[in-house]
Amino acid sequence: MAGSIDEYLRTQFMPHIWCPGCGHGIILNALLRAIARLDLPKDQVCVVSGIGCASRAPGYLDFNTLHTTHGRALAFATGIKLAQPDLHVIVVTGDGDGAAIGGNHLIHAARRNMGLTTIMFNNSIYGMTNGQYSPLTPSGRLATTAPYGNVERNFDMCELVKASGANYVARATVAHARQLSTYIERAITTPGFAFVEAVGNCPTYFGRRNKLGGPVEMVETLKKNSITIAAADKLDPAEVKGKIIIGEFYRGDAPGYIELYDGVIERAKEAAGK
Amino acid sequence: MADSCDTRVKLLQGNESCAEAALLAGVRFFAGYPITPSSEIAEILSERLPQLGGKFIQMEDEIASMAAVVGASLAGMKAMTATSGPGFSLKQENLGFASFTEVPCVIVNVQRTGPSTGLPTSPGQGDLMQARWGTHGDHPVVALYPSSVSEAFDLTVKAVNIAERLRVPVILLMDEVVAHMRERVVVPCQDEIEIAWRPRPTVPPSDYLPYAAGPDGVPAMADFGTGYRWHVTGLYHDVTGFPTSAPAKVDALVRRLCGKITNHKRDITFTWDEHMDDARVAVVACGIVARSARRAVRLAREKGIAAGLFQPKTIWPFPDEQVAEIAARVDRIIVPEMNMGQLVGEVERAARGKCEVIGHSRVDGEPITPEEILARLEEV
Repeated sequence: MAGSIDEYLRTQFMPHIWCPGCGHGIILNALLRAIARLDLPKDQVCVVSGIGCASRAPGYLDFNTLHTTHGRALAFATGIKLAQPDLHVIVVTGDGDGAAIGGNHLIHAARRNMGLTTIMFNNSIYGMTNGQYSPLTPSGRLATTAPYGNVERNFDMCELVKASGANYVARATVAHARQLSTYIERAITTPGFAFVEAVGNCPTYFGRRNKLGGPVEMVETLKKNSITIAAADKLDPAEVKGKIIIGEFYRGDAPGYIELYDGVIERAKEAAGK
Repeated sequence: MADSCDTRVKLLQGNESCAEAALLAGVRFFAGYPITPSSEIAEILSERLPQLGGKFIQMEDEIASMAAVVGASLAGMKAMTATSGPGFSLKQENLGFASFTEVPCVIVNVQRTGPSTGLPTSPGQGDLMQARWGTHGDHPVVALYPSSVSEAFDLTVKAVNIAERLRVPVILLMDEVVAHMRERVVVPCQDEIEIAWRPRPTVPPSDYLPYAAGPDGVPAMADFGTGYRWHVTGLYHDVTGFPTSAPAKVDALVRRLCGKITNHKRDITFTWDEHMDDARVAVVACGIVARSARRAVRLAREKGIAAGLFQPKTIWPFPDEQVAEIAARVDRIIVPEMNMGQLVGEVERAARGKCEVIGHSRVDGEPITPEEILARLEEV
């Protein structure tokens, strides 16, 4: 295991744009540690993002990096993966970018079992635009566009992506950094579509408005509110409500799109030769 | 396609012609979404691309297909998509991204009568301005406009080459009539076709500045995964590719992007004219209307009217200089088009009041006939 992740960072652009106490650094760190453990050559890693706080991550990473349009990272990444199947294509997205505007691309990338690793930085809020509610803002929470409390229900992204057909689905929080990094590592090594939801904290826009304390208190709350899949299974649904269920929700080995399309090429060449 | 050199004269449909030309020009990636009247392009390429080791994918929408095209191009494949009006609207978001980040790609828009769902599927020419200004902000773009199946072939090859050479999205505007009719095409052999590729870096990765351009304004482009670990962003960026908001750098980038097209305008402007030498009245028309205009001009000549035709095959950048030159020597220009007057505005702008400019709009979903144009030519 590599000791340092510095070689993966474009340190000349530090300090980064994230607020003090933001959990995104922990998630990024977990990603880089996973890449270090796997010893992936930097030239063979491509990190693609959309728009939002999380999506600014690729700019700081010394890989092939692509910062695209809002919600569309998975679609760009699909083109890259098809053109260069040997690249490790990792998509970094937020809860607004990936679950709202990019939600359709997410379910279809999972359905195709496209060879992509997606890490959703879930901080429960649109941070870049100053704190509007997202599809992952828990019901009842306050946001700049939910001044009377959020009346919408929040998505369970892991259940959604699992149902859509991904080969790997897991969730951890920034209070479980090692576990998170392990899940990301498994996601990268899983052929087909892999999804890791990383629940983080936004002290500036989500924490402050909802009086959840400072960064440390927020992370401690995440830890306290988390429950493993096995533990959740033993409880009544009412007791699980409001908890963050962490763990690996699915590990499958369905053939991925890239593999299946190789078969298409083979059949097409055969047909053309006849 | 090399084997087609035995049977070079083919009867092709416009969409088919476009698909075959794209393959000959080296396109190996297509992402699209079904929409009439462009679907044949996707259908043909879904069959042909994998035969050549290329990739085809039908995405979940037009936004995603445009995104996938940009991704594939960044990873080194010549890439294109095809759509029609409503889908073209959806392409605009990532077409703007491609334009700003200088990722080569071709977008075929087989126009139909709009706005909105409009008349599926009747011809219309209402997307001229969308091709130029459909995405937000100042941005470079090139649009070519064939009037026949044979031109669809030639201009598709040119579109791919211009996209690569100038690192710019090139739009092939087609009329539904051209896309769906069948005509004779002399298909060239592979070795008769000029193939262009994006300029490649000649420096090692450590010295690579992805957005530093020479005098022609086109920077060298490295494929992802080849050792040049560069950053691509839709934010304003400097020569390193990383974000900047420094006013001087912002100004320099947008001026270079627009200048890149102006610098090469001569090389990418394709036009056709007929009977223009002694013409007193000129018809300026594009696409299928140019075909009707050609007939109208011949009929007018038989009646002793000194009529001529000027057909811009490159619609963006608009051939201002040629139109200005025509305006200086004719009495009037007639601009028939299947919209409420998009081309005529450009002609008026380029003519600078040097002659009378008369528009002729037909917006009922039917093509403009030679007789209609002839009637306008006979009005003195």
